[in-house]
Amino acid sequence: MRLLAVTAIGHDRPGVIAAITGALAELGGNLEDSTMTILRGHFAMMLIVSAPAPPDAVERVLAPVGADLGLVVTVREVTAEASPGPVGGPHVLTVHGADRPGIVSAVTRLVADHGGNVTDLTTRLAGELYLLIAEVDLPPDTDVVELAGRLAGLAKELGVEASLRPAETDVL
Amino acid sequence: MDASVLPPGRVLPVVRAPAHVLSAPAVDVDPADAAVVQLAADLLATMDASPGCVGLAAPQVDVRWRVFCVDATAHRKTRTSHGRFVLVNPKLVEASRWEKGREGCLSVPDLTGDVKRATRVVMCGVTPGGEEVVVETDGFEARALQHELDHVDGLVFLDRVAGAHAVFPRKVYM
Repeated sequence: MRLLAVTAIGHDRPGVIAAITGALAELGGNLEDSTMTILRGHFAMMLIVSAPAPPDAVERVLAPVGADLGLVVTVREVTAEASPGPVGGPHVLTVHGADRPGIVSAVTRLVADHGGNVTDLTTRLAGELYLLIAEVDLPPDTDVVELAGRLAGLAKELGVEASLRPAETDVL
Repeated sequence: MDASVLPPGRVLPVVRAPAHVLSAPAVDVDPADAAVVQLAADLLATMDASPGCVGLAAPQVDVRWRVFCVDATAHRKTRTSHGRFVLVNPKLVEASRWEKGREGCLSVPDLTGDVKRATRVVMCGVTPGGEEVVVETDGFEARALQHELDHVDGLVFLDRVAGAHAVFPRKVYM
């Protein structure tokens, strides 16, 4: 079996997930992790699939299915990645303010420079309000107060607000 | 906490994020000041004019004072309710039994989010006019009080959402 990364993005309509995953199932593909959402009206899916077929063969099957639905589909082979496991404290970072280019890159650069690993990130533009929420694993020796201060300083330069807080990790 | 003695209130425009006034901590005020008493009446009038609104804080009407109003009486999730009231210079005294719940905000009209709040709180403050009060409450009214206290501290619910997938486009406008 091979491990394939499949992406599809384009026009949203009922049945797009059924069509793409149906074609993968016919090829003997098994969906492992996936995320599918709607981004500003566009349907977007990212899948890791284990499949017996090589990526070009899978892409040849999916391309016409996608084309009929108005989706651009890509298939690439990937290697299995060991999950790094928790490296430190999970935190949630919120940034919000007036939209302008460069907010995500500036904020994630600062996080990366402190060894923080972004494990999930979503952004939304709602009217004039731009919102970024990132889940970040910070190395155990991180001075969180110092990082929060630097984020606040960066946010001020960008004209936005930033807050960093420990993620709620309690489970039932 | 009798709001009936206030002057007639005016419906004020509600500011929306990303307005900076929503991110600046507000300041304590003299509860007997006529302007504070008028603001209390205006907050109530503006809350009443906004369908589904259970609370409104001064920064939401572009005033950097520590004043907010709450009325969780009619909400289906409310258990304890202290009616329709205004709190000036509020302070959180106790908070316990934290639970996640969905919140929205007049100042963030297009989004809702899951926020962990205490379901039991004790908050103190003064009424417009200057009577000291202690509000001990639970459930939805406790959530509303914490949401409004955040506003006068310069925070919106987006600063407390639980994670990257805890914010949602609003589907129902009251």
